[in-house]
Amino acid sequence: MSLITTFSTWLVPCLIAVVLLYGTLKKVPSYDAFVEGGKEGFSLAISVMPFLVGMLVAISVFRASGAMDALIHFIRPLMSAIGMPSQVLPLALMRPLSGTGALGLMTDLVKTYGPDSFVGRLASVMQGSTDTTFYVVTVYFGAVGIHRIGDALKVGLLADLVGVISAVCIVTWAFG
Amino acid sequence: MINLIWVALFLIGMGYAAVNGTMDDVNKVLFSSASDAVQICFGLVSILIFWLGLMKIAEKSGLLDKLSNLFKPVMKRIFPEVPPDHPAMGYILSNTIANMFGLGNAATPMGIKAMEELKKLSGGKATPSRSMITLLALNTSGLTLVPTTVIAIRMQSGAHSPTDIVGPTLLATLCTTAAALLIDRYFYHRRRRKK
Repeated sequence: MSLITTFSTWLVPCLIAVVLLYGTLKKVPSYDAFVEGGKEGFSLAISVMPFLVGMLVAISVFRASGAMDALIHFIRPLMSAIGMPSQVLPLALMRPLSGTGALGLMTDLVKTYGPDSFVGRLASVMQGSTDTTFYVVTVYFGAVGIHRIGDALKVGLLADLVGVISAVCIVTWAFG
Repeated sequence: MINLIWVALFLIGMGYAAVNGTMDDVNKVLFSSASDAVQICFGLVSILIFWLGLMKIAEKSGLLDKLSNLFKPVMKRIFPEVPPDHPAMGYILSNTIANMFGLGNAATPMGIKAMEELKKLSGGKATPSRSMITLLALNTSGLTLVPTTVIAIRMQSGAHSPTDIVGPTLLATLCTTAAALLIDRYFYHRRRRKK
């Protein structure tokens, strides 16, 4: 355990040191280059704003109204039919929509059922194995001004579905 | 399609609230979530400035090119439309690597930068190119080697061995990424047949 946490804490500083050392060796004016590159950061973050506000408000309304819970209630029998514990269903649905929302649900599941229970482990694996599709699509395409999403969202959501199913299968196989 | 989903989230939510008397909650969240989104964006400012600045050094010193050379054979297959020596490849790679190590805040700036380069490649069109969709698929499938946040939460809740999910998570994320790339290929060929 300590090895992995140590690795994680050392990783970022080491990465920065390597970039700075290599840049200096190659005689790049590092500070000037840093400032030049950093200038883009502000405008990029601001350009994402309308996309993120629009998407986050819509998702929050859907959640706060209780429609999300109703949807979960509706497909629960279907999911338990494939061997997925119904407790993790909200997490599976929340994962592509909201990163912080999913993290909250996952924390709750781990605390309620215990980190070493089947549900707790399944929640952990589900949280760790996919990313927030809606956020990624909104931010990445928003930042460069792509307004038509094309097949991107479909690909992302289908991959999320595969992710949930493989998480259930793998956790059942490894810890079942 | 995104327009439809967006409107549907609102209308279904409001309709449901009207029937079930949760309009109060909807009202509350309507503006608090808007300010949350702005908060997230301001949180992005510092991260974007820092990592984009650092990446500029890596780009100018040729470190980024070195990195992309290393993984060229794999990346050429995943992104057949990107010339191997194009700067986009370097950014795609740093994005993927940052994701793998769970450095979400470093991955986003590099992903955005890669998208910018890919947009230049596609001639600045407002519709996503094939490579853009592939990059997105790679990111939404969340290829992670060490899920640091999850481990931290498991530690807090007193797990016997908080890291016992690392192996299964790695397997699951590999499945998801492989599936994402396959699904992406399928949609690409479907688009081509339509044309």
